[in-house]
Amino acid sequence: MISIAIEKKLKVYQGRQVLKIERQFPAGSITKIYGPSGSGKTTFLKIITGFITPEKGKILVDDSTWLDTDLNINIPPQKRMPGFVFQDYALFPNMTIREHLEYATTDKDWIVRLLLLGKLDTLIDHKPIHLSGGQQQRLAILRALAIKPKLLLMDEPFSALDPEMKTELIEELTIVFKEIGATVLIVSHNPQELEGLVDGELLIV
Amino acid sequence: MPLVLPPSVLGFYLLLAFSPRHGLGKWLQDAFDVQFVFSFQGLVLASFIYSMPFMVGPIKSALQQLPVSLSQASYILGKTKWQTFKSVLVPNIKPSILTAIVLTFAHTLGEFGVVLMIGGNIPGVTRVASIAVYDSVERMDYPAANTYSLILFSITFLMVISVFVFNKYQAKSPLE
Repeated sequence: MISIAIEKKLKVYQGRQVLKIERQFPAGSITKIYGPSGSGKTTFLKIITGFITPEKGKILVDDSTWLDTDLNINIPPQKRMPGFVFQDYALFPNMTIREHLEYATTDKDWIVRLLLLGKLDTLIDHKPIHLSGGQQQRLAILRALAIKPKLLLMDEPFSALDPEMKTELIEELTIVFKEIGATVLIVSHNPQELEGLVDGELLIV
Repeated sequence: MPLVLPPSVLGFYLLLAFSPRHGLGKWLQDAFDVQFVFSFQGLVLASFIYSMPFMVGPIKSALQQLPVSLSQASYILGKTKWQTFKSVLVPNIKPSILTAIVLTFAHTLGEFGVVLMIGGNIPGVTRVASIAVYDSVERMDYPAANTYSLILFSITFLMVISVFVFNKYQAKSPLE
């Protein structure tokens, strides 16, 4: 079970607004996060990772406290280690596909499995600059999965994929999520994109 | 400060600071038997102090231009700051590091004021090429001055060309 209650002031074009979210996510569930641009969806994910600290908040993941502003607890991102798919992919330009995954994990069998899952097994020695947008996005997903995270945060993870690849990948990912027991939060703009996949939705306005 | 101070002023203060008669210089002499004034070590140290900002500036700026998400992506994989620096940040600013090294070296090669102040132009010990050019001109020995100048010119020209060639293959122009 993941329990989140946070309050963070945001600077927006119209002035200031407060991002206030209080929600529990059952273990192993998949939740879609949606809302208008600038509402704080990415900020919400970054607060969970530990990259952004809210003014007030408490984040409990299973038995461990990641954040408790009242008790001054704030575990760094390196120790939280959720999987995170960045909106801009954040791939390392100096690393090949293989090196990306080897940087994340030493489990060779898991790397092979991920490469097959993302259909990138024939491109292992390619660097991001030589990959298409869709291939880069798949690599970003695979890298996040490489650490077998218990909590996976995905920021617009399917935006650059063609419909056929998207459907196929989502089907395969659902199996992997169950296998590693990940709780998944997916930010998406497209209302139809995750139909049938998610167990719940969270609207941020 | 070394970036904006006139080299002779910096050299003068370093000369005072490292003077074996008082303060830091005396302590270095007494404790470690090291003398930085009118010695080759002093020349190297002074050049290092003088040229360091020329090295740090471009590297700092290159690091600042990298997207913050790169280091975040590394941290989230459980990597430390040092691992991230070594495996992600440094490899992605290689062209800038090379440019900084070469340009700083070229800049140091031609340094005059600082090395003259702290080195004192002692033949065989602290006389550097740029001072040798000046000496030769003072003696009206233009052929020698020309030889020294040509050597310096060739070295720096080759270095700059190498950097351009290397960086051309490392980074694409934003206009391409």
